[in-house]
Amino acid sequence: MDRFDPLIASGIAAAIPLVFAALGELVAERAGVLNLGVEGMMLIGALAAFATVAVGGGVTLALGAAMLAGIAAASAFAILTLTLQASQVAAGLALTILGTGVSAFLGRGYVGFRAPATFEDLPVPFLSGLPVIGPLFSLNLLGYAAVAMLALTAWFLFHTRAGLALRAVGESPAVAHALGLRVTRIRYAATLFGGAMAGVAGCYYAVAQFKMWQEGLTAGNGWIALALVVFATWRPWRTALGALLFGGVTGFGLYLQAAGVHVSPFVLGSLPYLATIVALVAVSASPQLLRRHAPAALGKPYFEGD
Amino acid sequence: MQTATPPLLRLAGIVKRYPAVTALDGVRLEVAAGEIHAVLGENGAGKSTLMKTIYGVVQPDAGAIEWRGAPVAIPDPVAARGLGIAMVFQHFALFESLTVAENIALALPGRFGLTELGERIAEISARYGLPVNPWRSVHELSVGERQRAEIVRCLLQSPRLLIMDEPTSVLTPQAVEQLFDTLRALAREGTAILYVSHKLDEIRRLCDRATILRGGHNAGEVDPRAESEAALAERMIGRAFPETQKRAHARGASALRVSELNLAPDGPFGVALHSINLDVQRGEVLGIAGISGNGQAEFLAALSGERRVSPREISLAGTAVGHLDAGERRGLGLAYVPEERLGRGAVPGMTLAENALLTASRNGMVRAGLVDWPAAEAYAGRCIREFDVRAAGPHAEARSLSGGNLQKFIVGREMMQRPGVMVLAQPTWGVDVAATALIRQRILDLAAAGVAVLVVSEDLGEILEICDRVAVMAGGRLSPVREVAETHAAEIGAWMAGGFLQ
Amino acid sequence: MQWGSPLVAVAVTFLLGAAAFAAMGEPPLAALHALFVAPLNDLNGVAELLLKASPLCLIALGLAVGFRSNIWNIGAEGQMYIGAVFATGLAIHFQDRWGGWMLPAMVLAGIAGGLAWAAIVAALRAHLHASEILVSLMLTYVAALIVKYLVFGPWQDPAANNFPFTVSFDENALFSPLMNYLAALEGTRLNTSLLLTLAAIPLTWVFMKFSFTAFRLRVAGDAPAAARYAGHSEKRAIWIALLVGGAAAGLAGVTEIAGPIGNLNDRWTPGYGFTAIIVAALGRLHPAGIAAASLLMALLYIGGETAQVALQLPRAIAYVFQGLLLMALLACEVLVHFRLQWTASTRSSQAA
Repeated sequence: MDRFDPLIASGIAAAIPLVFAALGELVAERAGVLNLGVEGMMLIGALAAFATVAVGGGVTLALGAAMLAGIAAASAFAILTLTLQASQVAAGLALTILGTGVSAFLGRGYVGFRAPATFEDLPVPFLSGLPVIGPLFSLNLLGYAAVAMLALTAWFLFHTRAGLALRAVGESPAVAHALGLRVTRIRYAATLFGGAMAGVAGCYYAVAQFKMWQEGLTAGNGWIALALVVFATWRPWRTALGALLFGGVTGFGLYLQAAGVHVSPFVLGSLPYLATIVALVAVSASPQLLRRHAPAALGKPYFEGD
Repeated sequence: MQTATPPLLRLAGIVKRYPAVTALDGVRLEVAAGEIHAVLGENGAGKSTLMKTIYGVVQPDAGAIEWRGAPVAIPDPVAARGLGIAMVFQHFALFESLTVAENIALALPGRFGLTELGERIAEISARYGLPVNPWRSVHELSVGERQRAEIVRCLLQSPRLLIMDEPTSVLTPQAVEQLFDTLRALAREGTAILYVSHKLDEIRRLCDRATILRGGHNAGEVDPRAESEAALAERMIGRAFPETQKRAHARGASALRVSELNLAPDGPFGVALHSINLDVQRGEVLGIAGISGNGQAEFLAALSGERRVSPREISLAGTAVGHLDAGERRGLGLAYVPEERLGRGAVPGMTLAENALLTASRNGMVRAGLVDWPAAEAYAGRCIREFDVRAAGPHAEARSLSGGNLQKFIVGREMMQRPGVMVLAQPTWGVDVAATALIRQRILDLAAAGVAVLVVSEDLGEILEICDRVAVMAGGRLSPVREVAETHAAEIGAWMAGGFLQ
Repeated sequence: MQWGSPLVAVAVTFLLGAAAFAAMGEPPLAALHALFVAPLNDLNGVAELLLKASPLCLIALGLAVGFRSNIWNIGAEGQMYIGAVFATGLAIHFQDRWGGWMLPAMVLAGIAGGLAWAAIVAALRAHLHASEILVSLMLTYVAALIVKYLVFGPWQDPAANNFPFTVSFDENALFSPLMNYLAALEGTRLNTSLLLTLAAIPLTWVFMKFSFTAFRLRVAGDAPAAARYAGHSEKRAIWIALLVGGAAAGLAGVTEIAGPIGNLNDRWTPGYGFTAIIVAALGRLHPAGIAAASLLMALLYIGGETAQVALQLPRAIAYVFQGLLLMALLACEVLVHFRLQWTASTRSSQAA
């Protein structure tokens, strides 16, 4: 049984940042905003967090810095798409490219440095000793925060007036406007929230997981988070499921290597990406499923003058 | 009638102009509290625009609005709701992925408590005979249930004036009765009701007074019960029952045959088609009347090839084509003018020459996969000349044309392909008077030349004017086909309400 | 006004760049000069510019065809790698036997590789409705791993001391240097693949202007309902849009490894597939504009390399400029057209 513990633990560790990034994007997409810049926002958040601990700040401060950085990146996207009505796809791509460049550029001085501080594990007594589910109770601050965030997001979307209004905007901004809802304001808030969450995910990679800085730290996980939102059919608890599955696939690869199985690390490295494709196809192949759950106005600009 | 009490709502001299057309030209309206007041008129008469003016969606260019004797301005729907005006739209303002209770919660200010709201919904529901389950998602509801949800939403705002826009076009006869009971109950309590429709029999059953609109003007304020349906129809259409055209040409063999066409709907708002049978002969103009939303869109999609069906369900001159796509059917002589001009009949950002290429490419414009642009421009140029299209030339962008001119271009483009069968959907909707006359004349000319023409239109007057035979589509089914000379507006109106469905 | 927004965007970007340098304490004009002007001072510099612009232009031409129909192929980078892989496969196994046929075979193989990789995306999108953006991107990561696997594994040069690259390609497996034909180009790395790109520009123009297929792709992008009304096949549009981009990317891949690179290795990750997206946008999806934009983007790349050497800045500074440029382009485009569109839309929506 404990041969699986490291597998489960690494699976959970890989899942946590995905959960943050996917939840943030999920909220934005529920309001109808497709932000492809998640990878860029994560990198900027990662750098902000790393730089903060590198100059001596504590991990909580780093977390705050990462969130602010993510929000700043998201606001560039928001202004382009919500105020200036530019194409959401193009603006998202621009944000990813810019985020990649800016983080590499500003982070040049930190390459190779180890993070002087990190998020310590906070094991829950007794529960963390249990077989199989033990690792779930031995998370660090961000891990527990991820679980809390899942619950919070689900509650917000489905049990509050604001969440209701947000879902309405994502389905039909024109009708929402006719009912008196402030469409652009709501979309801004959702987009900035997505930025903050992407920042937290970046913070996790830089300070909790790798604990050092390099260019392209996030290795495409921002894109996987985007696919996760589709896979979860825009429902919060399902992103956890998807994230664990992906985390599991990544963890499985590491597990095989540790177990001495002779598979090329590159083949193993491609598993998460292939799994993403499979998951996407599984969900998309049934257009009924997508149409039922996808926010109807996703990706479409809304002209407030109409 | 006490003259001392001012009417609840009074509109005087309302004018609303759009670039292509004047929708309202000095319209007046008076509604008293507790009155069920019909607003009657054909499509394009201005009913919708007038209601949008009252509900604040649209601002009038001139005219006065008085509410309970005092002048008011209604800048937006929130202001309208503040006065106590509520509106049930023809195309419901509901969010499909949310439950009924959630939808209603969004419109109501105040504390957010879904359980409490559910109880209030149940209470109103019972009081007015509007059965609706607050906890189901809208996309699961039937059209009748959705409308009841909309009405409950309005009623929870305790309105003084309730506007109903074409409420029964998507209801079964039983649901219509239920609705009428509800409206009568509301009127007894003092709520005024503005009932927008062109279903003459319903208006005569339900309404105390009726204001008739025609072409943006008032065409009468009457007591509908004191007038016959024929008289009301005349006021709506503006002339005595239109004369039938004596045609010199004979009708020939069947060019388009629809056999037992059944089609499942394509989405939550779709209508299923049941056993449609139709035969359109060479040299005739056959009209299909009916309010949109009764299966016309599905029927047209099946005819044009945008939706495929079984091969034998649709035949062109004896050849089974139900399984062919739009391009292949065009190759066999079918031409089609769709309801939407920009975005479907024409690509807005492309020139007229490019739009000619869109459907007429078979007319010598494409050789070995390459486009012969001079040929496309020549075609477009001919179309512009022969159909009196006011445009800068073949290089003008489609979106720069007015509605009437673009429609003339599209009609011309299709007619110039020398089809054997021509299908037109709402051919003169939103089109100015001169273009309307030209298009209708060309339709008649086409039939005289031996083409089989099918016209699907909400405009009853148009159908009666240009068609030889007529059928009505209601609830996804087709009525029997009658010679226009042997029927009249009242009968067709009854069929539009589903009267032929036994 | 068509070219107004790209020009304004370029100006804004360089202004922002100058401001950034100033903020870092570097004299802005001198820095910009060092990065973007000085490298072009000699023939070799211009040759290097063309060497980078060529694959960018090629890929962007292919992508532009697809973007016109609203199909977003983000995976051109991966398609480029697989094109290179197919060509390399032929080269390292047959280069000593196929003589003069080697290079043409490699070109065909490269195109085939790009086509095959893009075909996966097309199949999944056309028949299973999967997002082409996400699938093509995932496949890019997989393609990079395939390259790594090959050069660390079965295709590694046995004499390479465990460094991850294949054997160098022989002369018959390389594009001949242009200096063999034009003495004036002595010393430059320009090769005959430049001619492929130069031919592709007018060919693409002819295709876009005169081909009925290109027209149908445009309709699909501008008004999907009109495409259905006209009977154009949506599946066919998806396949063509993606395959053209894939073929172009695969071809660009061959021109790189059978050109300046000379073998397949894991350091070769130029990002052309992504930059080409910006080239296509900046060039307004028009071949002439793309040609000009590819020169500009190549300049940004060179600037990045120069920055690394001259100013000890990471090469990724090129990405900063690229991202800024795209954002500036989006903002300018919208601001230029916004007024016109907004007025037209209010009028038409009220008339509805």
